[in-house]
Amino acid sequence: MNYTILDKKDTRSGFGAGLFELGRTNPEVVALCADLTGSLKMDAFQKEFPDRFFQIGIAEANMIGIAAGLTIGGKIPFTGTFANFSTGRVYDQIRQSVAYSGKNVKICASHAGLTLGEDGATHQILEDIGLMKMLPGMTVINPCDYNQTKAATLAIAKHTGPVYLRFGRPVVPNFTPPDQPFIIGKALHLQEGTDVSIFATGHLVWQALEAAKVLKDKGISAEIINIHTIKPLDEAAVLNSLAKTRCAVSAEEHQMNGGLGDSIAQLLARKHPAPIEMVAVKDSFGESGTPEQLMTKYGLDAAHIVLAAEKVMQRKHALIA
Amino acid sequence: MPEIKELELISNQVRRDIVRMVHAVNSGHPGGSLGCTDFLVALYFEIMKKEPVPFKMDGKGEDLFFLSNGHISPVFYSVLARSGYFDVKELSTFRKLNSRLQGHPTTHEGLPGVRMSSGSLGQGLSVAIGAALAKKLNGDNRIVYSLHGDGELQEGQIWEAAMYAAGKKVDNLISTIDMNGQQIDGSTDNVLPLGNLRAKWEAFGWDVMDMDGANMNNIVATLKKAKEHTGKGKPVMILMKTNMGQGVDFMMGSHKWHGVAPNDEQLAQALAQLPETAGDY
Repeated sequence: MNYTILDKKDTRSGFGAGLFELGRTNPEVVALCADLTGSLKMDAFQKEFPDRFFQIGIAEANMIGIAAGLTIGGKIPFTGTFANFSTGRVYDQIRQSVAYSGKNVKICASHAGLTLGEDGATHQILEDIGLMKMLPGMTVINPCDYNQTKAATLAIAKHTGPVYLRFGRPVVPNFTPPDQPFIIGKALHLQEGTDVSIFATGHLVWQALEAAKVLKDKGISAEIINIHTIKPLDEAAVLNSLAKTRCAVSAEEHQMNGGLGDSIAQLLARKHPAPIEMVAVKDSFGESGTPEQLMTKYGLDAAHIVLAAEKVMQRKHALIA
Repeated sequence: MPEIKELELISNQVRRDIVRMVHAVNSGHPGGSLGCTDFLVALYFEIMKKEPVPFKMDGKGEDLFFLSNGHISPVFYSVLARSGYFDVKELSTFRKLNSRLQGHPTTHEGLPGVRMSSGSLGQGLSVAIGAALAKKLNGDNRIVYSLHGDGELQEGQIWEAAMYAAGKKVDNLISTIDMNGQQIDGSTDNVLPLGNLRAKWEAFGWDVMDMDGANMNNIVATLKKAKEHTGKGKPVMILMKTNMGQGVDFMMGSHKWHGVAPNDEQLAQALAQLPETAGDY
């Protein structure tokens, strides 16, 4: 199908809308926040369901532990804070009290990546996907727009087990249909193509669609696949596409180390060796700036996806020749 | 009171289990386990409402216990087995390959009685608070208990949880600190002084009481008093004075037996001080 911009919204508001809907439909869902209720768009839930909302204060380690404890009484806790404080700051708490203990906690993380913007590198975590995907049993999801984030929020409440749900701060194109089903671990084919497979996640999905238009004008047929679930990875979707195109580009707002590209490269190396180029941050911290400036400076936009696609196709052709 | 004598006899057997388990694999933590034996026996055989079989993770309608200082797993496993959660024979698998009795307690292997993994310190109080909050949401008026080491209070997360429990009136929670004054590198005074713990917990807003962890009479009486103090707007903290290695003379009062197993000769010496009262596993 042809994707066009329906409107522009922030993905965190998709989380807030999904959480609010869960408040009405699932009495076991509870929410915890570490002093960022407005930023996480949890205020509607807090107002409507005050007994099921826990303001923890600036104490993220305690929040993760309390969430783990709440599951024991059958609750489905959703924790909310920035991605940095949702992962690196509380890694051991997540590892022992949530992942190893097999607790049904939903760790919901906003302001992920460079698009946090002006606050700078202290808050722009680019390592969170890697940290979370290394934990056994952890599901890792990075939706691409408002509608998909809302759908993902609803879907993870029905999934039993720990989940890391990552979204962002800026207003970005909202383009997936509001009624599109969200199936954890099932990649979405946004556009069919034959020359190169572009696997994108999060804010980079729209950039990948933009890149595909430029590539089409250059006579290159790009297949665009939205990997919203980084773990478990939809291996069949990746391999089926590669069987056709025989080269891949990954695109994400994350370090190259530990990110989506890393997962795909690992899969290809094991099951279908093929050239891959990675649009990702190359082993550096971020900095202050507007989201657009940062995404350009760090090479995370449509133009860089186009360059990566052209490069990986050259590599493919060199291999064939 | 006859009940106290019975509890003491159970403690004796649990202490035998602890030294035998640790000796069998030449690893584990006997010192803190022996010091907390009477407390855990009182809790599981006298104080808590529990339904060991079939074990239900959600524990609705039951009192719950969380062991935050997970390294004293030998005493926890022995008390769970002897109070009916699993067969005492399984104690012989402690710390061995493919066992449900991992070095530190875990839910991962499905051992009945364990509701949370612990070992990395400082996390159990937060978990206990979460379980207590769930009980309140569920209209379940049973109590949540937790146990912590005194050295564990050096972890910052404990104080995040301390602030929360008092500030948000989590008053269906009774926590206990094992005050043996010892940690791996020496006495708590030498490693990092804990200061006036009563004053600290009171300043955080907890209802604080003292307990003699080497006196079964005092343990049962204090825990019963603590129960009466729940539901009054404050979490309850019991500062339990213990001796590391309690019940085995050469292990008592020294940090050296924190994480060291007895050899064959030391085992015989220890068992001679702990007559069999309920049958060895």
